[in-house]
Amino acid sequence: MAQNKTQDNRAWLGVLPVMLIVAFSGVIPLMTVVNYSVQDILDFNTRFFVGFEWYRETLTDPRFIDAFLRQLGFSAAVLAIEIPLGIVIARGMPTQGLRASLLLVLLATPLLIPWNVVGTIWQIYARSDIGLLGVTLNEMGFAFNYTAEPLHAWLTLLATDIWHWTSLVALLAFAGLTSVPAACYQAAELDGASKWQVFRHVELPRLKGVLVIAVLLRLMDSFMIYTEPFVLTGGGPGNTTTFLSQYLATMAVGQFDLGPAAAFSVIYFLFILLFSWLFYASVMRSEEGS
Amino acid sequence: MSRRSRLSRWVLAGYCVYLILPLYWLLTLALRSNADIAGVFELVPSNPTLANFAEILTNPVWYQGFVNSISYVLLNTLISVSVALPAAYVFSRYRFLGDRQLFFWLLTNRMAPPAVFLLPFFQLYSSIGLFDTPLAVALAHCLFTVPLSVWILEGFMSGVPTEIDDMARIDGHSFWFFFTRIFLPINRSAIGVTVFFCFMFSWVELLLARTLTGSEAKPIVVVMTRTVSASGMDWGVLAAASVFTVLPGILVVWFVRQHLVKGFALGRV
Repeated sequence: MAQNKTQDNRAWLGVLPVMLIVAFSGVIPLMTVVNYSVQDILDFNTRFFVGFEWYRETLTDPRFIDAFLRQLGFSAAVLAIEIPLGIVIARGMPTQGLRASLLLVLLATPLLIPWNVVGTIWQIYARSDIGLLGVTLNEMGFAFNYTAEPLHAWLTLLATDIWHWTSLVALLAFAGLTSVPAACYQAAELDGASKWQVFRHVELPRLKGVLVIAVLLRLMDSFMIYTEPFVLTGGGPGNTTTFLSQYLATMAVGQFDLGPAAAFSVIYFLFILLFSWLFYASVMRSEEGS
Repeated sequence: MSRRSRLSRWVLAGYCVYLILPLYWLLTLALRSNADIAGVFELVPSNPTLANFAEILTNPVWYQGFVNSISYVLLNTLISVSVALPAAYVFSRYRFLGDRQLFFWLLTNRMAPPAVFLLPFFQLYSSIGLFDTPLAVALAHCLFTVPLSVWILEGFMSGVPTEIDDMARIDGHSFWFFFTRIFLPINRSAIGVTVFFCFMFSWVELLLARTLTGSEAKPIVVVMTRTVSASGMDWGVLAAASVFTVLPGILVVWFVRQHLVKGFALGRV
C-alpha cells in the first residue's frame, strides 16, 4: 500500500460486494453468537437474559481449562518444531530445474489434501495392526499403540501436524530466500563469514517478513485444529487429545447447549485475536527499536 | 547456490521420505482387498486389485460425494474471486474513509475458528432454505476465502504501477475496457494464486461442510467419515477414496507451481 493513491470515497462501491458477503456470512452469525451468549435458552420461545453468567461458567469450567492448556501445549510444540524445520528445508531446496518443480509439488501436496483424509492417511499409517509405522515400531520392540496410550496419541498427532503443515513454513521461507540477492552471499564469502553467520546476518533479516506470516498462520491454525484429532484419535484416549474446537463442537452441535457454547465461542475467538495481536505488536515494536 | 549446506540437503531428503512414506502406504492399501489387508502385512502388494477404485467409481454414494464437493468448491472460488477483484483493485488504488480499518477487519475473519460459526450457520442457512445445498457450503466458506482473496490480490495489484491506469485513460478507454482487457490480464498470475488458495481452503475443510449438509449435498469428505462408522472399517475402499481426494490437489499445484513461489514471496497467503 505504498503507492501514491488518490482519495475517493466512491471506492466504497468497489468493496460493497465484499462487505455484503462478509456481513452475511460473518457479521450476522457472530452477532447471533454474542446474542446467545448472554441468554439462557430453554427453547426458542422461552429465554432469559443472564448477563455474563455463561462466561463466568466457561472460564471456571475445569474441562475448558484442561482443553485450553492442552491446546496451548500443542500449539507451542507445533511452532517450536515446524518453524526451524521449515527454514532448514527451505535452505536445502534447489532453485531451478525439474527437480525443483517436483520438490515444490511434493511439498505443496499435503497442503491440498482434505484435513480428514490427512487424518485417515495417518490412521492407516500408524495403526499397530495394519499401519506401516505402527507395525514397524512394534516389530522393533516398542509397544506402540496410539489409541490406548496418551503419550503415543500426542506424538502421532504432532507427527501428523508436522507432516501436514511444515511445507507451508518451508514454502514461505523458500520464497523469502529467493529474494536474497546473490551479491550478499558473495560479500559474506569475501568477509570469510561462517555458514551460521551467513544465515544469522544475511538470510534471517530478509526472512523476517515471511516468518512473521508463517508464525501467525501456524499459531492461528494450530489453535483451531479440529479435523485431524477428530479422525485420528477422536479426542481420546479419554480426553487427552480433546482440543478447544472439538470441545466446542461437541457442546454446540452434540449437546445443543446454546448459551454456554456461544460464550465459549466468543472467548475462543477473542483469545486467537489476542495472541495474534500480541505477537504482531511485539514484532512491530522490535522493528521500531532496531 | 551457496546457501545449500550439506545439513539442510540431508534434512530436505529426510523430510521428503517422511512425506512420501504415508502416501505410499495409502496407495498400497488402496490396491489391496480388505481381507488381504487384515490378513497379511506386506510392503509391496502381492495381489494388487483395482476393485476398491471400481467400487468408488460405480457406487453413486461415493461418486455423488465427489460431484457435490467439486460443485461447492467451484462455486466458492467463483464467488470469492469475483467479489474480491473490485475490492482488491480499490484497496490498491484509492484512499477512502475507513479503508485501513476495513482491510484489517476483513483479515480478522481469517482468524475466526470455524467451530465458532457452526451453530449460527446451521440456523441461518436452515431458516433461508439453503441447508443441504452446495451453495450453503460455498457461502459459508466465503467467510474465510473472501478476506484471503482480497489480501492476496491486493498484494499483487499494489505492485502494478498506476501509470497503466493513467495511460488507459489518456488513450480514451472506458474503465470497464481497461479493467477487463488490460488490468486483469496483467494480474493473471495473481488470480491463479488466489484460485489456488480458495480451492485449498474449500476443498480441504470438513467441519462446516459436514454441519451444513444432510443427505442430498453430502461432500466426499463427509461420505468418508460416515462410511467408516456405518459399515465397520473398509480400509481398502477408504484408502482408494483418499487417493481420489489427493489427486485434484496435485493437479492444481502442478499448474500454478511457478506463480506459487511469487505468491508466497509477497507473504500473502
